[in-house]
Amino acid sequence: MKKIQLNITLILSVIISILSSCREDEHIVVSDVQIIRDKTDPNSKIAGMYLVNEGNMGSNKCTLDYLDYTEGIYMRNIYPERNPTVVKELGDVGNDVQIYGNKLYIVVNCSNKVEVLNARTGVRIKQIEIPNCRYICFRREHAYVSSYVAGVLIDPNAPLGAVFKIDTTNLQVVDKVTVGYQPEEMAVLGDYLYVANSGGYRVPYYDNTVSVVEFEGFRQEQQIVVGLNLHRIKTDKYGKLWVSSRGNYNDIYSPYGSVPSNLFVLDKRVGYNEMIVTDTINIPCSNMAIHGDSLYLYSHDYDNITQQSTLTYGIINIKTKKVISKNFITDGTEKEIKMPYGISIHPETGDIYVTDAKNYVSTGTLSCYNKEGKRKWRVSTGDIPAHMVYLKK
Amino acid sequence: MTTSKKVIALIIIFTVAFSSLLTAQNEKDSIESTSLTEVVATAKEQKEIIAAQKLSGQELETLNSFSVADAIRYFSGVQLKDYGGIGGLKTINIRSMGTNQVGVFYNGIQLGNAQNGQVDLGKFSMDNIEEISLYNGQRSKIFQSARDFGSASSIYIQPRKPHFIANKNTNIKSNIKFGSFDLINPSLLMEYKINNNISLSFNGEWINASGKYKVHYRRVLPKSKIIAYDTVAIRQNGDINAVRLEAALYGTLKKGAWNINLYNYSSDRGVPGAVINNKWKRGERMQDINSFIQGNIKLAINDRWNTLLNIKYASDYTHFENFDYTLYPTNNKFRQKEFYIAMANLFYLTDFLDVSLSYDFQYNKLDADFQRMDNYDIFAYPRRTSHWLSLATALNLNRLKIQASLLGTLIHETVKKYNAPDDKHVLTPAVFASYRLLPNEDLRLNAFAKKIFRVATFNEMYYVEMISSNVKPEYATQYDLGLKYTKHPKYSIIKNIDAQIDVYYNLVEDKIICTPKSPLFKWTTYNLGLVKIKGLDVSVGNMFKMGNVFLQTKLQYTYQEARNYTDPGDTFYGHQIPYIPWHSGTIISSILYKDWTLNYSFIYTGERYSQSDNIVYNHVQPWYTHDVSLVKTFQIRDMNFKATLEVNNLFDQDYEVIFNYPMPKRNYRFSLVVEL
Repeated sequence: MKKIQLNITLILSVIISILSSCREDEHIVVSDVQIIRDKTDPNSKIAGMYLVNEGNMGSNKCTLDYLDYTEGIYMRNIYPERNPTVVKELGDVGNDVQIYGNKLYIVVNCSNKVEVLNARTGVRIKQIEIPNCRYICFRREHAYVSSYVAGVLIDPNAPLGAVFKIDTTNLQVVDKVTVGYQPEEMAVLGDYLYVANSGGYRVPYYDNTVSVVEFEGFRQEQQIVVGLNLHRIKTDKYGKLWVSSRGNYNDIYSPYGSVPSNLFVLDKRVGYNEMIVTDTINIPCSNMAIHGDSLYLYSHDYDNITQQSTLTYGIINIKTKKVISKNFITDGTEKEIKMPYGISIHPETGDIYVTDAKNYVSTGTLSCYNKEGKRKWRVSTGDIPAHMVYLKK
Repeated sequence: MTTSKKVIALIIIFTVAFSSLLTAQNEKDSIESTSLTEVVATAKEQKEIIAAQKLSGQELETLNSFSVADAIRYFSGVQLKDYGGIGGLKTINIRSMGTNQVGVFYNGIQLGNAQNGQVDLGKFSMDNIEEISLYNGQRSKIFQSARDFGSASSIYIQPRKPHFIANKNTNIKSNIKFGSFDLINPSLLMEYKINNNISLSFNGEWINASGKYKVHYRRVLPKSKIIAYDTVAIRQNGDINAVRLEAALYGTLKKGAWNINLYNYSSDRGVPGAVINNKWKRGERMQDINSFIQGNIKLAINDRWNTLLNIKYASDYTHFENFDYTLYPTNNKFRQKEFYIAMANLFYLTDFLDVSLSYDFQYNKLDADFQRMDNYDIFAYPRRTSHWLSLATALNLNRLKIQASLLGTLIHETVKKYNAPDDKHVLTPAVFASYRLLPNEDLRLNAFAKKIFRVATFNEMYYVEMISSNVKPEYATQYDLGLKYTKHPKYSIIKNIDAQIDVYYNLVEDKIICTPKSPLFKWTTYNLGLVKIKGLDVSVGNMFKMGNVFLQTKLQYTYQEARNYTDPGDTFYGHQIPYIPWHSGTIISSILYKDWTLNYSFIYTGERYSQSDNIVYNHVQPWYTHDVSLVKTFQIRDMNFKATLEVNNLFDQDYEVIFNYPMPKRNYRFSLVVEL
């Protein structure tokens, strides 16, 4: 009988020691590297491309990937190892990435901050606090960040949004201007900042305007009525603005009826220093990128009745404003993309990059297509790969 | 240590445990223990043929459990989703089939939540709980309502029933608890014997806690192990203020028994959200009021016919608000109503063959205030009527017992707006069998096969503007084979042995999945998903007596392989589904010596992944906690006192059950119970 007691004690202690030995120190996640078989021109002025993965809300999985053209490698999740001392890493839901000067700016929406890194090393310089920040753009020595929230006053009717002005030398917020509801992308054209307002918190009364902010006095001069629930805004080399609207996702109960996503062109009114809507392309547009005379876009056209989305990968000639292709992917590999979520064109080669967010809660992919629309390669990314920017040598 | 080594080590341990215990038994088999069952209507009360995993009495008191959720962690095959703290949501997943496939029964009647299909077990306090049982498949007893046949696995929570000794006609028990997180938890139980046939009980408690606890995040550099960051913060917005009130009447009749329960729980609590970079505090708050009244009556109509009737009315209110000004301001109220009635009949056809027929009816409705800015009410206002009809038979051939049941379900739904789903008629069978292998030993071979389904919850179909009414039911198929050995040796130091081993294979098909189908705002629910689950549950429980010292132990181990086989094109095809560890186990032990009891419990949850892709970035480390408590009982005049000091997470481990939801470090509780 003694033997049994001993046995039990022994067993218990063995189990405890085995189980207790399984946990290790939590360590910083290191990047992993994949070789991309892609020839790059040694005379290219582009050194690499950064890609920000948004990560699902609450997952704190916003990550930064880097495609190194000189080495031909793709590096996943480089932020933690370059900034090991930053508590809880890059943050929750990355929403934009841009490079200005030698600095890389990452807008991290749910972490309420803009993360500023050294563009060469990826090492943090500073974090700038901005509530519910969305997108970033630059002019001269300032950065401009759109934000859903204007002030600290709690207004149940969802307050107007704002654009924060940041000094790019000392990285301090220096000014703020109130714009429309829930502002999204911005574009710099001449002496004005154009802000696409969505009004996404005001269903069904979405905003439908582009705010015109004069840089000099930093105030909103005008709001141009464009379309329901605006999102993207890009300038082209001819001084036009391309603005996309999300519409109301086929909301048949809306006082406006069902309004589909659309794409608009804004240009100078003849004889005036004022932008007006000159064209409506009548094509749904979720995201776009301009290269040369071509505007590449993809769209999800969602049907509430069948609950199916139709995906389109189109090209528009920005001179003629005509749709010249309904599918820039020509080798049939678009079937392998479940949820296109980001698009970018290599400024030199014209290669088209399309990201796939899959089901939003798993590893996404980045596909590279050549100008002819043939897939060159595809890599796994982080969760919800979305925003891309090129680093010059 | 590698995974395979761990498995081998554990197998060896269990083999040793089994064999040493079995070889120690050379005494004659004792008389079957006479377990105390409830007041039975007839001499021949049906017992389940495959015994449940049970926690009751002394064993339940051994565990440092604050809520039912804490106690359930000690069952095989169970994964608790715990978002941390006293106020945090706690739901369970049994054998990897998903939270929505678990039925939870309180005093014999199922707790419903048509809105999200999940029962927050953190809301059920341990204060007046007598027994918690877990059944895989279903409770293998045919005299029960049709809904008892209707879940993939079931948890039965049995509140304390009044028992009076000798000439007493009043029992009073009061309990006061203090502890970490600024917890104050007084409670009072009163039982009164009205006459020989009717007794009344009242139970109330107040729970108040700030929910604040230290969380510690520490990361090291991979190779050098130099500290990268090491930070401590206070978990915020986890406060709770809750009141629970219960009253019950229990009665016996000449040929039957009845009871009526009244239940009310109201709480106001913070919702401690995910801890993310640059944001350590959240602004979500929730108020709940859950009330129900339920009644049950069992009668023996004659020698060959028993009947039972269950009736319930429940009302649930939830108010959810978000005060974080940087986010979309949310302020929503939900109101649910449920009416339920069930009738079950058992017929004793012959000495060895019984048949039962049950019919249940339920009505659910959900109202919410989802007005848009244009005052257009976007809510669907769903109403659901469900009918269940079950036919079951039990065959009792001395050493072999077999039960077969067939459940028919009919669900009809209406909505004020949009389109209602088609009516659903589904037939689902189940077969349970138990065979006593040796005539003189209680060694049983158990097996079951069952098919069951669940329909989409109201949230899955009508959440805000996204209407997904064409969702099909989600099916779960289970196969289980097990051995169970029980022995109560008379003349050994070992007083009790209870050992069990089960292997199982489950299939979840047409899994209901809710994801956005286009970017932002638009969520869609659809049937996609195939999960195959292979598992092994082992448990060994013993009781030893050495002179004045009693030692009780229970070891439990679970191995699970739950793989996603939805789409071969997925990067996670064949990967383990999120939050299911391959290995998990628990140890419970307690030593009794005179007035003193020392309890120790250990929980281990092995490595797992927080998302579908089994990659390093989603890897979640194992966690394990050691809890101890010391109990002293004493008497002052007629009053019985019991003082308990608990230390939870003794070794102060920083762990997360759910990614970004840190759990409390070492924490303490003290309680004093007075009974008279």
